[in-house]
Amino acid sequence: MKASVIVFPGSNCDRDVAVSLKAAMGSRPAMVWHGEADVPASDLIVLPGGFSYGDYLRSGAMAAHSPIMRDVVAKARKGTPVLGICNGFHLLTETGLLPGVLMRNASLKFICKDVLLKVERNDTDFTRRYAPGDVIRIPIAHHDGNYFADEDTLDRLEGENLIAFRYCDDAGALSDDANPNGSQRAIAGLYNETGTVLGLMPHPERLADPALGGTDGKPMFTSLVEAFH
Amino acid sequence: MKARIKITLKNGVLDPQGKAIANALGALGFDGVGDVRQGKYIEVELDDTNRASAEKTVKAMCEQLLANMVIENYSFELEDA
Repeated sequence: MKASVIVFPGSNCDRDVAVSLKAAMGSRPAMVWHGEADVPASDLIVLPGGFSYGDYLRSGAMAAHSPIMRDVVAKARKGTPVLGICNGFHLLTETGLLPGVLMRNASLKFICKDVLLKVERNDTDFTRRYAPGDVIRIPIAHHDGNYFADEDTLDRLEGENLIAFRYCDDAGALSDDANPNGSQRAIAGLYNETGTVLGLMPHPERLADPALGGTDGKPMFTSLVEAFH
Repeated sequence: MKARIKITLKNGVLDPQGKAIANALGALGFDGVGDVRQGKYIEVELDDTNRASAEKTVKAMCEQLLANMVIENYSFELEDA
């Protein structure tokens, strides 16, 4: 499997996700600077977390127009899997690869803590190693994670089964208490129509090794590697 | 020519920052404060001296970068330099 991690000025989870990918793949992903014109041939493109361009204007707004993003968007539209984590999710919405927008957290606070997520689907390359309904513990660390879309879009996302993960309690139930940032319909992660683009606010790479205090994020990387071997 | 651009949240989009500002105004003793909505103000200087083409350019700037059309509206005024 070949993976590429796109590095923007202000990315800060690029190396973390590279470590998780290497542990799963056995080889290092290519680190691709945002100023490049082309992504090397890859089975997976990762848009990492961080604060690209200092979150100027809106989170992800500047990076969405980086030279490399033209090729990322073109490859994603042709079916290359793209994983956007946190600021990577912002980028996916800013480029229109995923609908909606991530607004300031309802509490207005930056939130950095482990949250519980309900796995909605396991029929994609990202989640085969999970079971539907699994409750997993994954950290969030964001100021702008409050998912918003109009009601028609939200209904379509639910109707077409495009929600990947939702914030939940330890029994897998949705509630205002279990929703850390005010996201509509408790949405923590979303797929595109083909299930090949995944954007999520939580950081699976931050709990993918026992030394980090948990491994609930690891099955995502294992699933991806198994999909491309 | 200078464009003075206002970016505001669409009606129906929750604005937690606006709500916090309203609460803070209340805490400072300003009575009678209703809904508060916050937004962005951007000035862009343009070489263009033709109003019609400048208008077209600023509209494109707003829609491609300055505003996120999912949640934001924009309006602008052009001012001769």
